[in-house]
Amino acid sequence: MKFLRNLFEKIEPNFEEGGRFETWRPLFEMPYTILFTTGEVTRTASHVRDGLDLKRLMITVVIALLPCMIAGCWNIGYQGMLAMVQGAVPLDGWQTAVWEALGLEYDFRSSFHCVVFGALYFVPIYAVTMAAGGIAELIFAIVRKHEINEGFLVTSALIPLVCPPNIPLWMVALGTIFGVVLGKEVFGGVGMNFLNPALTARAFLFFAYPAFMSGDAPWIAADFTAVDNFSGATLLGQAAAAKGALADASWSAAFWGSIPGSVGETSTLACLLGAAILLITRIASYRTMGGVLAGTIFMAVVFNVSGSATNPTFAVPWYWHVVLGGWAFGTVFMATDPVSSSFTNGGKWVYGFMIGLLCILIRVFNPAYPEGMMLAILFMNMFAPLIDHFIVQANIKRRLARSAAA
Amino acid sequence: MLEHYLSLATKAVFVENMALAFFLGMCSFLAVSRRVETAIGLGGAVIFVLGVCTPLNQILYDLLLKEGSLAWLGLPDVDLGFLTFLTLIGTIAAVVQIVEMTIDRFSPELYNALGVFLPLIAVNCAILGASLFTVTRDYTVGEATVFGLGSGIGWAIAIVGLAAIREKLRYSNVPEPLRGLGITFIIVGLMSVGFMAFSGIQL
Repeated sequence: MKFLRNLFEKIEPNFEEGGRFETWRPLFEMPYTILFTTGEVTRTASHVRDGLDLKRLMITVVIALLPCMIAGCWNIGYQGMLAMVQGAVPLDGWQTAVWEALGLEYDFRSSFHCVVFGALYFVPIYAVTMAAGGIAELIFAIVRKHEINEGFLVTSALIPLVCPPNIPLWMVALGTIFGVVLGKEVFGGVGMNFLNPALTARAFLFFAYPAFMSGDAPWIAADFTAVDNFSGATLLGQAAAAKGALADASWSAAFWGSIPGSVGETSTLACLLGAAILLITRIASYRTMGGVLAGTIFMAVVFNVSGSATNPTFAVPWYWHVVLGGWAFGTVFMATDPVSSSFTNGGKWVYGFMIGLLCILIRVFNPAYPEGMMLAILFMNMFAPLIDHFIVQANIKRRLARSAAA
Repeated sequence: MLEHYLSLATKAVFVENMALAFFLGMCSFLAVSRRVETAIGLGGAVIFVLGVCTPLNQILYDLLLKEGSLAWLGLPDVDLGFLTFLTLIGTIAAVVQIVEMTIDRFSPELYNALGVFLPLIAVNCAILGASLFTVTRDYTVGEATVFGLGSGIGWAIAIVGLAAIREKLRYSNVPEPLRGLGITFIIVGLMSVGFMAFSGIQL
């Protein structure tokens, strides 16, 4: 550590004003502040003395995402190899070539094989997100002379987790750049945007390439055009299509995460681990999560009770809703984004409740999209400032009345 | 019957949102969305005007303008369809005039805040748009009322949401060339992506 610190301090003058690499200051500043807390302090009033700065906070979120990443890798491998047992052939890509060059077998029972095989698909997606988004960030940081935003650490970890495993890499790059630039940088960077950049990226891809991203086509890292009767659609897609589709499926499989889906969202257990980390460190708000859960249960129960003869999704109970699709992942990591959610405590309950409500509404009513979590959060991101506005106004009114009475 | 009206209203508010799905009524949508209070005022005015104008125009169209609608006067061959635009706009202008005078009388504050955009509701394309939609879709008077009110509510929700976002973004550091209208266009674009959550809902 001492050595690193010395190194940084030695090269720092080059990056200061008037130094040789003055333009590239953000590039120096980023690793430096990730590793060390700087001696810089605020100069004017309102100081907060806390070891937890923005960078530490964001890194904690990334740590909370690790279980999802590992579970995601395992599931990509598991799903791919399981499909191969049923007769699918490996995809015609470099991943397969590497795998075979290593002389490894397609054995879905071995967790190690699954994780490694999945990592072959996951790591490139992550790397492309990092590279594409990083370049966009860097250009903005240099031109606008600000630091590279800490938030990008989280954004870049979220984007690959909400993509299907067999997504083409250029699509990842395009979506990431859209999310980072239009979702965040045009507003001035982290903390100043109103939509979650990762969700913006996902929504952009969803609407730009619906045939690929909607979950009707299989999201499995194997080629099974040769196999008959292999649907491979996500469970939500099946539930929307036919009655009783969930009866054959196993709830615990959906909970543990051994079902097809986007990379990081399949395992509810991994999301719960992340939630525990975020809640214990108090980085995410339990109010938002509680609100989402309450909204989901409320709406699902309303639909269960009212029932429908034609729409099979009416009957899906809430404990199924919470393990399917992106519900758990969205609740834990997307809805709680401190920038795009409501700021006020009461507002967080309302905001979360509405997300849960809308998510179920979209899942049930919109045949075009089997999944509603992403769109529900995006929609409520839009109205979070309005919720805050009303809460603040109500507060002002109450306190005015109180001081008038006193 | 109630169910039919309910689904029509939902469609008008969310699925076919005037501002964010059809991009109608953009001028006042962008210009009067700086403060939430003003936006609520304008939104209310638009709801009222739409709620009154849409069924009114539908009645006029059914009784006077539609081909063969003058049969009750003994003139079955007369087609006054070429007067449609003129009549619709005339009705809208009259209703807006009434609203303007009412607001001026009861809330001078709001009247001043809305400024020139209040009389400009007369040429707010969302209002003519709703009237034309009802005419082409052949709604009944009841449906036209629901559709008009729904469109108005949808437009009001959108403008109030936009105003809250813009109030929040007052603290942002938007790049110089994008400040003002530029960033507002981007916000509206992103909002309409959010509203696409409802596109494709069949009711």
